[in-house]
Amino acid sequence: MSSNAAPTETLARQLALVIDLNVCVGCHACVTSCKQWNASGSAGPLTDENPYGAEPTGTFFNRVQTWEAGSYPATDTIHFPKSCLHCEDPPCVPVCPTGASYKRKEDGIVLVDYDKCIGCKYCAWACPYGARELDEQRQVMTKCTLCVDRIYDELLPPEDRKPACVKACPTGARLFGDVKDPESEVSQVIRERGGYALMPEWDTKPANHYLPRQVTPAAVSGEPRSAAAAPDASASAAPGRKAGIPGTVSTAAGSSDGQVHGARPGLGLAADRGGSA
Amino acid sequence: MNPAFSVISFTVLAGAAQGLVVALACAALGGVAAGRGFLLAALGLALAMLVAGLGASFLHLGRPERAWRAAAMWRTSWLSREVIVLPVFIAVVALWWALAWAGGSGTVAAEASTAAGAAAAPAASSAGLAATPAMLAVAALALAALLWLCTAQIYACLRFIQEWAHPLTLVNYTLIGMSSGCVLACALAASFDERALLAAAGPWALTLTFAAWAGRTAALMRNATLKPKSTAQSATGIRAERLVQKSMGMSAGAFNTREFFHRASALAVQRVRWALHGLGFALPAALMAMATQTASTHPAWWWLAVASQVPGLMAERWLFFAQARHPQNLYYQTVS
Repeated sequence: MSSNAAPTETLARQLALVIDLNVCVGCHACVTSCKQWNASGSAGPLTDENPYGAEPTGTFFNRVQTWEAGSYPATDTIHFPKSCLHCEDPPCVPVCPTGASYKRKEDGIVLVDYDKCIGCKYCAWACPYGARELDEQRQVMTKCTLCVDRIYDELLPPEDRKPACVKACPTGARLFGDVKDPESEVSQVIRERGGYALMPEWDTKPANHYLPRQVTPAAVSGEPRSAAAAPDASASAAPGRKAGIPGTVSTAAGSSDGQVHGARPGLGLAADRGGSA
Repeated sequence: MNPAFSVISFTVLAGAAQGLVVALACAALGGVAAGRGFLLAALGLALAMLVAGLGASFLHLGRPERAWRAAAMWRTSWLSREVIVLPVFIAVVALWWALAWAGGSGTVAAEASTAAGAAAAPAASSAGLAATPAMLAVAALALAALLWLCTAQIYACLRFIQEWAHPLTLVNYTLIGMSSGCVLACALAASFDERALLAAAGPWALTLTFAAWAGRTAALMRNATLKPKSTAQSATGIRAERLVQKSMGMSAGAFNTREFFHRASALAVQRVRWALHGLGFALPAALMAMATQTASTHPAWWWLAVASQVPGLMAERWLFFAQARHPQNLYYQTVS
């Protein structure tokens, strides 16, 4: 247990996902690849109950949701992948009565020891994001492991040592890396694209960040539309963010108010609160 | 939240048992006389309720055979602290019961020879409530208080469940436990014709019931005016004024849709609210007031109050859980 992070400890390394809402097309490839890898990996089996019945249910570490922003006709459909955020201050960990829930000191991944979990569900109550799901068959709590059984596997080629969801994403909407390393790709995009954390009001300091939606010039055509983020020409000139980070830098960069330039009045400001890595 | 019957039963049963032990301990420290038969029955009932509550809490676990592990993280987890304090409290109540039992049968052989126990009557005064060691009564009081603290803090420490994250949670767990326990003590005292104890505890039962009613009403009023800090916008970071979930990402249910939604209709919730006020507090208070007013020592008044409180306080606890709006529910609004 000495490798567990103390509740107030600041870690030197924190692995995380960065999810680009500008690029996600809602195909659920990350959902199915996550299920496939983890059902047969150290976190599995993630049993589905009644899979061919009217009310199938099962354990998933990752879900892709769909939201509609704005009012018709100026609406945006935003696909929103959601998994454990591997909080730097995870409220699910200190409440666990057995120590089955823990945060790793070496890389900040929040994990469950399935052999110690008593299935009391208290950690799920203590997670504001609903990131934990009780496995109905094993009756223990499960959650995203950031594919801990994959990212360090030296039997895999180096390019495959990434979470299954990251590898599966056909549009490159998911990035994986160390958000504590200022030079990492994830840290750079968080800075440059105004990456934000979910529910910053609870001070959980999620490690996972989201990159806001941007409106491309083609979509703008005349009226600015309702989007969630900066309708900034130079930023949106490179919608395929993964292709070139420097190309997206110019004006959306880093500033805490980088997301409101030119946005329609009345749009809220949730994104700028969690923008720093 | 979706109220779990196991947790409702545990908290109501254990709370009343704690209140009963507190009433007995206060009476013992205050020098109120009561016989050994009463004391054994009251402590025995408290023990039975605590053990039944402990059993109910096991039903909440997915892996009850591993429950022993739950004492490990007492440094950080209120649940772990509760898991430690509860058995210690049960042990102290059991010790008290054993002392009361042994005190009356100090001359076991002599008593056994009388078989029917007729000779136990004169021994009762020396082995009853007043014979309780002060240290034991104080320990029972402290542990009961500690257990209320642990139980309430399990809920109150979850800062983003705004309905729970307030000192009123602790106040109400304590007052409701004291009210139900004191009413139970009076019912037992009336049944055993312990008039001194009934006269001393009766007014307390009524006062505590009114105090608990006031505390719970304050919490209900607070809940009604709470504004959720989390919104769909803060949950997703999407900054549109109008933001509607079109899909939660699955076509059927999941743990997240079962555990955190009670799915009761508004009418059902309203009925539970009436049960809380009517059966939990108003009717028992009226019955107790009648008993006090008419100076009746008939146990029926008090047992009717107990019978009213059982469903009333179960309703209270159900609403405590059902009213808690978990922020995760923002992510699970629309099936498709």
